Amino acid sequence: MSVPLTLLGLLEREPSHGYDLKRDYDAFFGRGRPLPFGQVYATLGRLARDGKVVIAVEPGDGPERKRYVITESGASEVNAWLVEPLEPEPHLQTVLFAKVVLALMLGRPAEDYLDTQRRAHLARMRELTEVKRGGNLVDALLADHGLFHLEADLRWIDTTVARLDGLAKAVAR
Amino acid sequence: MIEARDVTLSFGETPALRGATLTVAEGEILAVMGPSGSGKSTLLHCLAGILVPDTGEIHFAGQRIDTLDEGARSALRRDRFGFVFQFGQLVPELTAVENVALPLLLAGTRRRTAVAEAASWFARLDLDGLQGRRSGELSGGQAQRVALARGLVAKPRVLFADEPTGSLDSLTGEHVMDLLVGAAREQGTTVVVVTHEARVAAYADREVIVRDGTVTTAVLA
Repeated sequence: MSVPLTLLGLLEREPSHGYDLKRDYDAFFGRGRPLPFGQVYATLGRLARDGKVVIAVEPGDGPERKRYVITESGASEVNAWLVEPLEPEPHLQTVLFAKVVLALMLGRPAEDYLDTQRRAHLARMRELTEVKRGGNLVDALLADHGLFHLEADLRWIDTTVARLDGLAKAVAR
Repeated sequence: MIEARDVTLSFGETPALRGATLTVAEGEILAVMGPSGSGKSTLLHCLAGILVPDTGEIHFAGQRIDTLDEGARSALRRDRFGFVFQFGQLVPELTAVENVALPLLLAGTRRRTAVAEAASWFARLDLDGLQGRRSGELSGGQAQRVALARGLVAKPRVLFADEPTGSLDSLTGEHVMDLLVGAAREQGTTVVVVTHEARVAAYADREVIVRDGTVTTAVLA
């Protein structure tokens, strides 16, 4: 799970305070494992240092509040992350899930991203199938291990594509 | 080699294809994927001249085939195309070798030549010794390999396979796909295989996705 990119994605939706970011992160991506405040602010600090966000200080009666605003560079990093398929490998559902939810939140073509991911998966499956056809039993069984995991991802992708409308409603504000 | 251009087809009030466009290159092995009811089998039947689209065009080897009459399309299917379906659909009264010889006999080949040619496929598809069996005496995987031999025996330009492994367990299904791809490549046959299984599609050169009656993914791998 990429915490910095997910926080950046949430900031592309709208500028936000650290507390609100943590709340949204926990609600959509925490899955029972809330993000510690320390990690939220440390990550935001690094993003500010790298020019991905800028901090707007809001004076008030109490302590100053910091509002984080995504920069052009931060937005293009989010875009590159969403558009680029992941390296097909087992156990990537949580990252894929985050990408799909953020794409829907940001009004991006989530279905296109999933189609791109499907193509990347099938391309890898073709490579493994070739290994299997030309290799010995050990190679074939190792290739099978990868193929079954990739196939499970693809089933998840297909199910998610079929339910995108419902998911879009569930994550809408 | 074979092409669908903006094809639409409805069954009564129900649209099955809504502007499907697809090109398959000569010698290519293409997987057509998609959810149940997406129109992928209907698209295969249109490409193969079994169904005629309501609108749009089907071209094969530079010739428009959807405007041919039933007789001409039937001849085309017999002489140029081979077919494999989900359930082998072997003729139960015939032996395995007679089933394989059927396309040659229908095309006018003499019986002795047809049976000899058919028999030569049994070793290639790991079916040695099963020539005399009837379909009821074959396992699912064996019957499907006999059906595959029948689909390829007349050296078709295009082999259409509709869920050819759908009734088989995964290991047997992969064996069938391995043989299908090997034999097709050997004789340069173009293959269009409809499947909902990614592991089957992974044997193809590329895949397209049919969704709601349109081809949504048609990117070269």
